[in-house]
Amino acid sequence: MILQVQGVCKRFGGLQALTDVTFDMEEGQILGLIGPNGAGKTTLFNAVNGVYPPEVGKVVFRGQDITRWAPYKVAHLGMARTFQVVRPLNELTVRDNVIVGACYGREGHSRTAGAKVADAVLERVGLAERANQLAASLNVAQKKRLEMARALAAKPYLLLLDEVLAGLNPTEVARMLDTIRQIRAEGVTIFMIEHLMHAVMNLSDWVVVLDYGKVIAQGLPQQVSTDPHVVEAYLGDPRLAAELLAGG
Amino acid sequence: MKVGNVGAVRPAASAAVPSIPARFWQRVSFWVTLAVVALLGAVAIVSQRDTLREAMFTLLMFASLASSLNILLGYTGYVSFGHIVFFGLGGYSGFYFISKQGWSIYPSLIVGGLVASVIALLIGLSILRLRGAYFALATIGILEAARAFVANFGPFGGSTGLSINFSVYRQYGGPAQALWTSFYIMWVITFIVVIVSFYIKSSRFGLGLLSIREDEDAALVMGVNAPRWKTLAYVVSAFFPGVIGTLYFFKNGNVEPADAFRLQMSIETIVMVMLGGQGTVLGPILGAATYDRLRSYLLTSDLFKNLHLAVAGLALLLIVLFVPAGVVGWLRGRFAQLRRVLE
Repeated sequence: MILQVQGVCKRFGGLQALTDVTFDMEEGQILGLIGPNGAGKTTLFNAVNGVYPPEVGKVVFRGQDITRWAPYKVAHLGMARTFQVVRPLNELTVRDNVIVGACYGREGHSRTAGAKVADAVLERVGLAERANQLAASLNVAQKKRLEMARALAAKPYLLLLDEVLAGLNPTEVARMLDTIRQIRAEGVTIFMIEHLMHAVMNLSDWVVVLDYGKVIAQGLPQQVSTDPHVVEAYLGDPRLAAELLAGG
Repeated sequence: MKVGNVGAVRPAASAAVPSIPARFWQRVSFWVTLAVVALLGAVAIVSQRDTLREAMFTLLMFASLASSLNILLGYTGYVSFGHIVFFGLGGYSGFYFISKQGWSIYPSLIVGGLVASVIALLIGLSILRLRGAYFALATIGILEAARAFVANFGPFGGSTGLSINFSVYRQYGGPAQALWTSFYIMWVITFIVVIVSFYIKSSRFGLGLLSIREDEDAALVMGVNAPRWKTLAYVVSAFFPGVIGTLYFFKNGNVEPADAFRLQMSIETIVMVMLGGQGTVLGPILGAATYDRLRSYLLTSDLFKNLHLAVAGLALLLIVLFVPAGVVGWLRGRFAQLRRVLE
């Protein structure tokens, strides 16, 4: 088990954002996290990597209890993430953005060694030509790739992807899916939040469904998509429900 | 467009000389900045005039103060309005050892800097939890608190301050020679500040600071230990004002609270950093030189002599509104090729 989430609860004032969330992740798999808007998916990421420490429950990463650790310590252990709303370091170049990932991630490179790692990663995600531009000058699809590059430069064991496909056109989605498959092939475990149902169902080895902060179902993609609880949760969103019923 | 893109020194594909490596240009920009500092000092030495030496002392002093503030303001993105508190507290401490303990100036300079750094460490651990305007306000509060404390602190002479006996200058070859010695020390300090600024900016530490400036929460998630690095930036940026304060009061022969904790001096330093270009190495030096010359013109003109702070305020307003990156930053943004040469 690379990640164990045990009974995690998180409350914001009067809002119970996560209630008793429990699941395990096996090394090398892609775990898809789905659920209607506001179900607590991003909050769960934040609870896992230390941005919002959970009040109750435990997060165990590679055998180590990391509950309530600061995010930078979690990053050093080998957990990297991308943000749903992209957060490039705007006034730094694309290369420097990625060097930050390499220098402060799991391997903690020097600036020079970090630059080499960054160039290799930029090549992989297809941003090599943009390396010297300011990050602010990239378009949305490129910024999503930059998020990915920064996270990869940290050489993580576990990669949290928060809606990396949102806002991309079909060609860009296909490219990103290829990249995700490649990353998994290299042995990186992936935990992804995604709204694009066909992508989740195709990529994931295991799917966890969150609704109102609770895990309402988990299992193989085919099992989850026919689970009555899941269909019910999505009924507020007829299009998604239809996609689910169609088998993804 | 703001600046701070350290790695942009590598030639772009379209540049005329793609074969020349980034390190070469980085070195060029390093030597250009040092040459500017060398030139500013050499002017006074060649002329041998006392008035010009004093003018250049002030200029170099502000250039170093602006450069050290830039480590916090420009690299890390934390606006310290009361940074002069370290000039005051460090200066008082160093001066205390010269006047009361009979130390030579050289170890006293180091002590002044170290005291400022230790105080910055303690202050930083508490107020660096604040961000944006709250941090800036806290730094003003600390400046005022320090002034009140020193004005009532017996060993530092209370509100009358401390002074040194003129016989102390004998070991430096008399008062006149001591002024020249102070000038040379100031020159050397400026070189050291520039070298440290450069080194930090091209280091892993500096990249961490820049990432904190851009987005502190994203930096934390990427593994940047922001609480530690920004405290360290605060400590480093407090060291040189402490050293410079000691030298300044040694040269003056006395120190008093009203002189040591001037909010106005703090604000003028911010204007210099913003004018030249926050986050660049050359910017604060050029900003200090420009502003200092402008100020001495204003102070000696009949029309403006009482209005020079109003002009500084207006300048700050105009810069923030129209050229937030400062002169060097604007040039870098406007002409991509210059990014290689202007760090």
